[in-house]
Amino acid sequence: MHIMVCIKQVPATSQVEVDERTGVLKRDGSAAKINPYDLYALEAALKLREETDGRVDVISMGPPQAKAALLEALHIGADAGYLLTDRRFAGSDVLATARALCAGILACGRYDLILCGKQTTDGDTAQVGPEVAELLGIEHASYVQRLTADSQAVVAEINMGEGTLVQRIPFPCLLTVEKDINTPRLPSYRRSLTMDEQQITVRTLGDLAADDPRLYGLSGSPTQVERIFPPEAQTGRVYWTGTAEQIADQAYALLAARKYI
Amino acid sequence: MPALQIHQEMLSPQTAAALIQLCPFGALSMENGRLEINAACKMCRLCVKRGPAGVMEIVEDEVAQQPADLSDWNGIAVYAQQVRGEIAPVVPELLGKARQLAGVVRAPVYALLIGHGMGEQARRLLHFGADTVYVYDDPLLSDFRVLPYAAVFEDMIRRVKPSAVLVGATNLGRSLAPRVAARFATGLTADCTRLEMKPNGDLVQIRPAFGGNIMAQIITPKHRPQFCTVRYKVFPTPCPEAPHGRIQPMAIEPERLRCGTTVLEHRPKDVEADITDADAVVVVGRGIKSQRDLALAQKLADALGAQLACTRPLVENGWFNPKRQVGLSGRTIAPRLLVTLGVSGAVQFTAAIRGAETVLAINNDPDAPIFEAAQVGMVGDLYAVVPMLLEKIRLHAEEACQIG
Ligand SMILES: Cc1cc2nc3c(=O)[nH]c(=O)nc-3n(C[C@H](O)[C@H](O)[C@H](O)COP(=O)(O)OP(=O)(O)OC[C@H]3O[C@@H](n4cnc5c(N)ncnc54)[C@H](O)[C@@H]3O)c2cc1C
Ligand SMILES: Nc1ncnc2c1ncn2[C@@H]1O[C@H](COP(=O)(O)O)[C@@H](O)[C@H]1O
Repeated sequence: MHIMVCIKQVPATSQVEVDERTGVLKRDGSAAKINPYDLYALEAALKLREETDGRVDVISMGPPQAKAALLEALHIGADAGYLLTDRRFAGSDVLATARALCAGILACGRYDLILCGKQTTDGDTAQVGPEVAELLGIEHASYVQRLTADSQAVVAEINMGEGTLVQRIPFPCLLTVEKDINTPRLPSYRRSLTMDEQQITVRTLGDLAADDPRLYGLSGSPTQVERIFPPEAQTGRVYWTGTAEQIADQAYALLAARKYI
Repeated sequence: MPALQIHQEMLSPQTAAALIQLCPFGALSMENGRLEINAACKMCRLCVKRGPAGVMEIVEDEVAQQPADLSDWNGIAVYAQQVRGEIAPVVPELLGKARQLAGVVRAPVYALLIGHGMGEQARRLLHFGADTVYVYDDPLLSDFRVLPYAAVFEDMIRRVKPSAVLVGATNLGRSLAPRVAARFATGLTADCTRLEMKPNGDLVQIRPAFGGNIMAQIITPKHRPQFCTVRYKVFPTPCPEAPHGRIQPMAIEPERLRCGTTVLEHRPKDVEADITDADAVVVVGRGIKSQRDLALAQKLADALGAQLACTRPLVENGWFNPKRQVGLSGRTIAPRLLVTLGVSGAVQFTAAIRGAETVLAINNDPDAPIFEAAQVGMVGDLYAVVPMLLEKIRLHAEEACQIG
């Protein structure tokens, strides 16, 4: 079985702070890591490889630094990595990202199964996976919490929120996996000695059989960010300080007055 | 389409370094002595607004003309998700919002109902203000399979041509909406927390972005339909009204409903108490020092008839089931009463409590951002305040018994 896992490099800190005075986003260095949700997709792929004997590739669209994320995936267990990087990918929204990944995956060969994380910690849309599936013209399921496969299809247990849906989906297909589907393994020291950047292929937009460059990056993005602004605070607040006793008294009075107790 | 342009001639090593530092996404770097933009760029335009004047520029397309056929698209469609004969609770909220948005441009509100044997559900949708309910009823649609559902969605959009489509950000909606949006090569904005309509028909979609510390206002100016997803409890449920609309049964060729996927089983989840619907919620954060101390919070929750919930770090360290996490990556809640204990109030958290009626926050740090989101801020040590409050509630209950 040939499996492709889509991974994204995201900022290592979740705390993007806004400077009160200037309104500028403060970045805590430029440390980056693999989107934690993608580690579950990678682990699911490695488990399937153990059972069925196949290969696991990883692909990412991002800046040149994203090579580090692919390298880490190789050290965890992937066989080969593909980095899609090009200035013309800048400003990609969900659709443009999905187009790049779709073209990138097609350029790598044929895959039975494509796995994605359920969402990213920076984009946080959970939409890229299903859009890639649509562009590839294959079936998909999101929020897969258990997974088995035979030579023709996967049986996926899908978390629907209100219940669980079990589907048999024939190859080729794309799945986005839930966080609790498995426990991701750590990078292996042994693999870090043998796997290096040689196993990573870097491709630009020009290397892809891309129909029209205008469909990628900013110009290929239907959504536009009109403006960004800090979240607003609510008004009409009261603020109690004092001893614990005083505070508890006031709290009690308020809860009683509003009939919460 | 606008593009970012760098005026290299205006750059000095200092301004270049400042710009590289300024970009929150690491999208600017020096390559062969030139400042370049890479694929990490999110077009946030901070470099234009805050960077050295004149270096970074937004160049708008000269032919910024809209394709003529935008005006063919009219009305706001709501995907009326139903499961086993129940309309998802987010649907009335979306219909209420759609009514409001449609008022701005005097457009109709449509509901799309997909399934099999849905009985009275279409009629219910009329009570929430739908002008037309399009109903696709077919045995092949009884369980959710993404391709047949997408085929139906596509069919409705091609025939009705709504200008905007609102979908609940349920697991089903988040699987289906991107599939359909990609089919129309249009934009999709996830988890909007505010929606507005411009008089020209552009849907203004506002959502927390970049990890949640900032709000992004997003439009889809040149594509239709404009797709967005919205979570449950972000908008209020409208009051049912006398129906004025109509129900329109729709037919689609059965071949378009066939796909390789088969449903083996669909089992409902065990009904357990859910924090999303709770009337009162007590949320604990990292101010609680050990798992043992959760008993204190549980006591308060019991006294208030509240569900106990938590912030993300407490799920991460295994003290709580993820279903009890409040926040952007957890549940959105809108209780009448919300008490937070030792919660700092990160935006990823407060984004999900906007619908709460009364928020009481206990935190020992007077500068904690939670006080911005709370109507009542209590600056104090939760380990001192909560036991005292419990004691007062207990005393009062005893008094009440004696009188009664
Ligand atoms: C994409 C993304 C999604 C996220 N989603 C979520 C989410 O869904 N939900 C969520 O909660 N977080 C989420 N986070 C994390 C969020 O940014 C915060 O890290 C988190 O909410 C902080 O939790 P906390 O308030 O419990 O802990 P802390 O920030 O550590 O705050 C603890 C607070 O307790 C106070 N305290 C300490 N001791 C006492 C005492 N004795 N008495 C009173 N007060 C005391 C402290 O002053 C402090 O303010 C997300 C982050 C990202 C990047
Ligand atoms: N730039 C990218 N490169 C590779 N995979 C991506 C990229 N962006 C998103 N993905 C995949 O799509 C999933 C959902 O991402 P998102 O829609 O951003 O929440 C992620 O977990 C990844 O598997």
